Amino acid sequence: MAPLVEMRAIVKSFGPVAALRGVDFAVSAGEVVGLVGDNGAGKSTLMKVLTGVYHSDEGEVWFEGRRVRFSSPLESRQAGIEMVYQDLALAENLTPVANIFLGRELTRSVAGVRLLDGGEMRRRARQHLEALKIALPSMTLPVERLSGGQRQSVAIARATAFRAKLVIMDEPAASLAVMEAAKVLALITRLREAGVAVVLISHRLQDVFDVSSRIVVLNRGLMVGDLPRDEATMEDVVGRIVGRA
Amino acid sequence: MARAAMTERPPGRAAPPLRDLLGRFGLSLVVLLMVAALTTLQPQFFFSRENLTNIARQISSNALLALGEFVVIVTAGIDLSVGSVMGLAMIVLALAVKAGWLSGLAMLAALAVGTGVGLLNGLALTRLHLPHPFIATLAMLNIARGATYLLSGGVPVSGLTPAIRFFGAGDIALLPGTRLETAFPISFLIVLLLYTAVAVFMMKTITGRHIYAIGGSPKAAQYAGINVNRNLVLVYALSGTMAGVAGLLLAGRVNSAYPTAGSGAELDAIAAVIIGGASFFGGRGSAGGVLLGAIIMGLLRNGLNLMNVSVFWQQVFLGFIILLAVYIDVLRRRSMRQED
Repeated sequence: MAPLVEMRAIVKSFGPVAALRGVDFAVSAGEVVGLVGDNGAGKSTLMKVLTGVYHSDEGEVWFEGRRVRFSSPLESRQAGIEMVYQDLALAENLTPVANIFLGRELTRSVAGVRLLDGGEMRRRARQHLEALKIALPSMTLPVERLSGGQRQSVAIARATAFRAKLVIMDEPAASLAVMEAAKVLALITRLREAGVAVVLISHRLQDVFDVSSRIVVLNRGLMVGDLPRDEATMEDVVGRIVGRA
Repeated sequence: MARAAMTERPPGRAAPPLRDLLGRFGLSLVVLLMVAALTTLQPQFFFSRENLTNIARQISSNALLALGEFVVIVTAGIDLSVGSVMGLAMIVLALAVKAGWLSGLAMLAALAVGTGVGLLNGLALTRLHLPHPFIATLAMLNIARGATYLLSGGVPVSGLTPAIRFFGAGDIALLPGTRLETAFPISFLIVLLLYTAVAVFMMKTITGRHIYAIGGSPKAAQYAGINVNRNLVLVYALSGTMAGVAGLLLAGRVNSAYPTAGSGAELDAIAAVIIGGASFFGGRGSAGGVLLGAIIMGLLRNGLNLMNVSVFWQQVFLGFIILLAVYIDVLRRRSMRQED
């Protein structure tokens, strides 16, 4: 099967710092790929190149069999790639509904003027949150007044609300309590069952082993391992993470 | 399970309504208290129709400067140039009239000056990558004020047309033909219309939502695919336009343009925005709150004038009002945090 996403020989430098030194990376439809590596290995940078936040110096990105150049996250989102950023990238002053629909607001025409359709957005957001089994204390409070887990839920709800084909999660469980982290992992499994591909970036190797079907290891901007879950051992993966690339 | 516990917590729900009410209507309450106090202290003067229309006319320009400033402050920006832009728009208006332009054209020219300078502010911020809007608009404060002196030669230009005076000083009959017929200042009617328009724009349109998002988190806005720079240019252009309208109304009211008009007015505009509950850190506040902020400042000035308090003391009081308004907001937010 042709991969959903294929990144070939990606090179990205920030001034003198070579963040990515020719990385190949592929994800197939409905696959959960664990992307692991030490701090500064290039995991987030690689994914931000994919979503168009960064632009690579060299290399090609293919999506659904076509060469793509996403110039901004808007374009990658339109193509069906969503990312839950490590810092969540929520507008803290807005409600969960406003955040879920940020950049894709629904409108209705009132006397020829396009106005926000708050009712419809609330209705759809509620439906979507129910489908994800996410409960929020309020849909009208600003996000800053929610707990860490709830905020994470809002970010995930936003990433999955628009028929995404690929959802990238950058350390989704890092700041969560045990129970809430377990919920996120269950959610990843549900996404896979629904045919959505997931890239999970995490330092928590046990999480990665629990939900991934394949594990890719980055080390100092190079890809040093691409292992099917069943053939990977914790020792091997840790060795590749800390070894000299 | 924390999440489940939070969804079913009816006892905790009992407290917020009162506090939310205070938060939402606190400003209206302050206005009501001020009106009550002034009516009691100055019964024969304050509540007269003449005094009330005077207040409405006097606060019109500041209210409009504050309206534009508000939209900028929602993006966590600042526009220091609004006072100078107002002065420049007035001089352009008066010179156009003196040059024999039709009143309508002269007014359009003044508005265009406001919008144009605002656009320049926005472009200087986004294209030159200046570190903070403080810089670009501080520069524009000086450029526009200097241009105002250059154009006017440093002297006032008096004698405008009836049409322009009408907007600044005219009245319109509300409920004509009934016993409730009242003369309502046109300038304040324009203020109310523009506040309504901006309130709808900010709360009900996609662009308004994006402006709040940019103020809340520019990065979140950018990741969501919002064109942050385009929206920033828009808000500074809007602020400049409002300064242009404010200049039209002030020139019409005093029937002249003078090169010092609007000196320091940016600080009054910022004060009204802050008293009105917008946050300097962006993302918070409403047009309605800002209008109340401008009204509170107008009532304060008027009341102290009626009681023969010197303008020097008035300024001291205004300072305390700003401190008080922001401190109340700080307390309110802190109590919200503690509840969580």
